[in-house]
Amino acid sequence: MKLSSYTTTYFSLALLGIISIWSVLFYLAIIDEVYDSIDDGLENSKILILRRASQDAAVLQKTEFGESNYRIQPVSKQAALAATDQYQDTLLFMVNENDYEPVRMLKTFFHQQDHYYQLTIITSFVESDDLIEDLFYYLFWLYAVMVVCVVFINQSLLQRIWRPFYKLLDTLKEYRLDKPVPLAFQASKIDEFNDLQESVSKLLQNNLQVYQSQKQFIENASHELQTPVAISLNKLELLAEKSELTEEQAMLMESVIGNLEKLTRLNKSLLLLSKIENKQFTQEQDIQVNAVVTKLLAEFAEQAQFKEVTLHLETKGELHQRMNKDLLEMMLSNLLKNAIIHNVKNGFVTVVIHPNQIAIHNSGPAQALDPDKVFKRFYKASASSQSTGLGLSIVKAIADLYGLKLSYQYEQHHRISIDF
Amino acid sequence: MKILLVEDEPEMAQSISHSLTQEKYVVENAYTLQAALEKIHIYEYDCILLDISLPGGSGLTLLKELQKINKTEGVIIISAKNSLDDKIEGLNLGADDYLPKPFHLAELHARLKSVLRRKKFEGTNLLTLANTTIDLQNRMVFIDEKEIVLNRKEYDILLYFVSNKNRLVSKTSLAEHIWGDRIDEADSFEFIYSQIKNLRKKLQDNGARISLVAVYGLGYKLVTE
Repeated sequence: MKLSSYTTTYFSLALLGIISIWSVLFYLAIIDEVYDSIDDGLENSKILILRRASQDAAVLQKTEFGESNYRIQPVSKQAALAATDQYQDTLLFMVNENDYEPVRMLKTFFHQQDHYYQLTIITSFVESDDLIEDLFYYLFWLYAVMVVCVVFINQSLLQRIWRPFYKLLDTLKEYRLDKPVPLAFQASKIDEFNDLQESVSKLLQNNLQVYQSQKQFIENASHELQTPVAISLNKLELLAEKSELTEEQAMLMESVIGNLEKLTRLNKSLLLLSKIENKQFTQEQDIQVNAVVTKLLAEFAEQAQFKEVTLHLETKGELHQRMNKDLLEMMLSNLLKNAIIHNVKNGFVTVVIHPNQIAIHNSGPAQALDPDKVFKRFYKASASSQSTGLGLSIVKAIADLYGLKLSYQYEQHHRISIDF
Repeated sequence: MKILLVEDEPEMAQSISHSLTQEKYVVENAYTLQAALEKIHIYEYDCILLDISLPGGSGLTLLKELQKINKTEGVIIISAKNSLDDKIEGLNLGADDYLPKPFHLAELHARLKSVLRRKKFEGTNLLTLANTTIDLQNRMVFIDEKEIVLNRKEYDILLYFVSNKNRLVSKTSLAEHIWGDRIDEADSFEFIYSQIKNLRKKLQDNGARISLVAVYGLGYKLVTE
């Protein structure tokens, strides 16, 4: 959940709670005030009516409400003396509304010239269900407006406050140790963000240093290994030339030589990888990829024939690319070599050239390779002890160097494509 | 044939000069750039094997010096750096070949022979061994004056063996020489085996007095009868 949605949710829930509680209290306060005011009015009417009744006996004859809001009914002495003033909510038929509406009624008792009377005064009262409805309606809108405000504030204000954070996040998403770009340090008014940027920057610097020294180490180590391996191989060759070897000794020596040669190949591939990653192939030229593919296919023709694999070329357009020629040849020949080696008898290798893509399809073991691992160093799908497991990582390193997209797919056959 | 070996690693130098001496070359060693520069001014060599990283400076300096004093010795750069820039610059400065370390001694011999042939026997492009003659210019092979037809790889293999006659040529050395690193190692041996079988048959059928003998699992050797 995004930070702004998260805060919006919390604010909205909090507002809902606050407004609900507040609306109940508000309602009770208003109702209380209304009662107070109406009851005061009734009390006032009572005093006025009693005053008039003492002056005008005709008032005592008004036993029905009629057009006015009181009636006076004679009662027994006992009943009058036993009762007190009573305020009540009740319903009365209203002509205008054609319905029973709530009214506030005051029942009081008085005596005049030894007669006891009950005086009932009514006054129309607020319709509490209408009041609640109105109150709810307005509060709902208040709530809605506030939520909209919260969202708006979050979206605009928070977004603006958090902008350095999101910018840093975007940079970090794109950041790769093998392609370091300087962090665009954006000074913020907020200390935490400045701290964060500084810490991230330091962290990356440290990682970069470690990464580079690691890379340098691989290159140096491979380089330093070259000479002793070369010396050992040459000495063994000199020894092998002496013909007094027994067959058993020769076999042992062959095994030693074979392993040293494997070490040499590994070493060469590692050096090559380091050189590619350290951008040591600087010479670039415009290359007609079609011509290079044709040349390579011719070079592989014999091997393919030997492996009983047929090579096909489908040209769907001319592909041109500016890059280092050796690297392009290395990349394509590694792919072709792979496609031929990991194939089946009577299989095929088809190279399809589009104006901006080259795809190599090949038959092979009917099992998809793991697309996440296929370009990783030392990943071997088959247990071929001869393979260094670095061929496709070299292809990947070259593709990365030139920003080409390399992908693997399996649909009945294996397919590796490079998007130029 | 006199060879100057400019190589600072003593063990490496020892192996190379040992192998060259066996082939009846006269080898002189220079372990530093300074020593090498002194030697080229004083003596004449048929070929110089030149390392690039030397105490005292880059081997490329020696190439420049050779140009300056108008010497046309054959030069093969032997370098552990295997850097493309060095290769291009070296070849531009007049080196004849570039051999990255580690290399097979058989490969060194083949390259050396090729350079020497180009330098010394211009015009005569025929290589004769017993009753077999190789026309280097036209890539043709004759046995007792009669042409035998070899395919491209068979020809390359034969020439490589001839350059290394009586010496053990290991399978990998042959594979690397003929196919470079384009081919998978495991395949290359089978492939080589089938090519060598064909080549042997052609030589035998045409009465060549040279033959390829297998040396256990190690490789092959070309011998004259």
